[in-house]
Amino acid sequence: MSEAELVRFVYKEARLLDEKRFDEWYELFTEDAHYWVPLTPGQSDPLGHNSLAYEDKLLLKLRIERLKQPNAFSQKPGSRCLHVMQTPEVEKSDPARGEFLVRTPFMYTETRGDESQRYAATAWHTLVRSNGNLRIKLKKVDILNADAALPSIQLFL
Amino acid sequence: MERGRRYRDDPEALAGLVADDRVHRDVYVDPEVFQLEMERLWSRTWIYVGHASQVPQPGDFITADIAAKPVIMVRHTDGKVRVLMNRCAHKGTKVVYDVAGNTGKTFRCPYHAWTYRTDGTLLNIPLKSGYEGTKLEAQGLTPITHEAYRGFVFARLADGPGFGEYFGDSLSSIDNLADRSPEGELELAGGCLRYLHNCNWKMFVENLNDTMHPMIVHASSAGTAKKLWDEMLKGREGPPADKPMAIEQYAPFANDYKFFDDMGVRVYPHGHGFSGVNFSIHSSYSSIPEYEEAMKKAYGEERARQILGTVRHNTVYYPSLTIKGAIQSIRVARPLAADKTVIESWTFRLKGAPAKLLERTVMYNRLINSPMSVVGHDDLHCYRSAQEGLAASGNEWVSLHRNFDPAELSAEERTCNGTSEISMRNQFRAWREFMAP
Repeated sequence: MSEAELVRFVYKEARLLDEKRFDEWYELFTEDAHYWVPLTPGQSDPLGHNSLAYEDKLLLKLRIERLKQPNAFSQKPGSRCLHVMQTPEVEKSDPARGEFLVRTPFMYTETRGDESQRYAATAWHTLVRSNGNLRIKLKKVDILNADAALPSIQLFL
Repeated sequence: MERGRRYRDDPEALAGLVADDRVHRDVYVDPEVFQLEMERLWSRTWIYVGHASQVPQPGDFITADIAAKPVIMVRHTDGKVRVLMNRCAHKGTKVVYDVAGNTGKTFRCPYHAWTYRTDGTLLNIPLKSGYEGTKLEAQGLTPITHEAYRGFVFARLADGPGFGEYFGDSLSSIDNLADRSPEGELELAGGCLRYLHNCNWKMFVENLNDTMHPMIVHASSAGTAKKLWDEMLKGREGPPADKPMAIEQYAPFANDYKFFDDMGVRVYPHGHGFSGVNFSIHSSYSSIPEYEEAMKKAYGEERARQILGTVRHNTVYYPSLTIKGAIQSIRVARPLAADKTVIESWTFRLKGAPAKLLERTVMYNRLINSPMSVVGHDDLHCYRSAQEGLAASGNEWVSLHRNFDPAELSAEERTCNGTSEISMRNQFRAWREFMAP
């Protein structure tokens, strides 16, 4: 697995979110995957400590299916998002096990109607090779001010 | 009439905002009414500050804003908790700025190094000789009247009813939360989710026992959870699958009107009350045998069954604190402006209970109370929408009428059907009482 492939994968993942291709995005995750947005800097425990989000595939599915519902009232009007990313860096690489950790600082903008919010964040992708394809085992997003009083964040960082 | 003094100068107009079964829109949108709420309702009543388990050692402190005023809760060297204004007697600087920490034996103001003991008394001023006759020494950090009940620390900023008189039998919900620990003790754990609500604080507080909204507002989230679970079961053979905890927690929000009506609601004097007299959305969670054993061992079988069988929905300790004993989480309203409120959501560890209990409450808090919660998104959308809609003219009133009964006006404590809007009417009766000049 070359560094260029890992980097390309992370860019593509963000692009799927920005284009709201959530069903395709969902398929990027392994069956035992998690999407995690911790509450506290340096937080190591997702179960015994509160997080902004800690979702397995069932909860991701629920979130994606909800967004399709005509009675998802908070999506009238719908939100839009854009990830503006620094070049992803491969932090750890274990080609023998087919597991890689990629770090990507990014700016995230989410808008809804006249309202717009911006976050500085760092994404940590734990990627695994499965049947020749890369999949996400864990996507952890550290929002710089995750512990601030935040308004609704409705899409995926 | 001077602008912005309409209600301050006219007590009758202020009282007239609340009728038996409806309220004027100004209670939600008017900045002057908000200012009066902070000065009167939020100062004359008992406001939740924090939990004593946040400050276990002498010198441990937390900071908070109550009634839009900065306060410190600290454990003094005598082992007792104090609540103080976070304002240096000299220039007004906050003596501590952190959310939590340990200050040792003194608070030292960062501006001119005035120091105070942790009971608020002044210890030292640099170059003391220039302040003769000012009585600044007697000022210190202003102490605030406070009471703790099973670790819940409340403060009252101005004259008002005593603690026991104010909360009365509503304290049974705090008892049930604490009794759920096999040791009878709680510990705040897992940090605090802080969700910025661009709406009036009352919209949030009222919504907690508004049982006519979940099946509508949360159809997209809870309804989807139910649908996903049905799909998981479809075509499945063999023993029934374990229902995922997330499904158990989400799905009951989509229960029907009958369910919420049968839950029942009870109100107490001074605005307090709860729904879930008979059962609640937390009643059908899977049992955790190891925990139930620990409870039986601690309390005996009958008492344990009684504690765990009390499964209240939301209890409102008007106006600031709302608790969910059955899932060990609390939500605290911290109003900032007529249309701006921070909702803090905290979770408790039940001392002596297995780790799975904390994981369950943390999951619930994350799924329901996080700024990323799909339940929260739809609630907040409706609050915000009402905040904007109430600018409309032609109808000045918000209805609280559902199941209004004139007999309730004289009732001290009252229990009725769960979809009644009695809890809102009861809150506004307390509102009117404490808002009088």
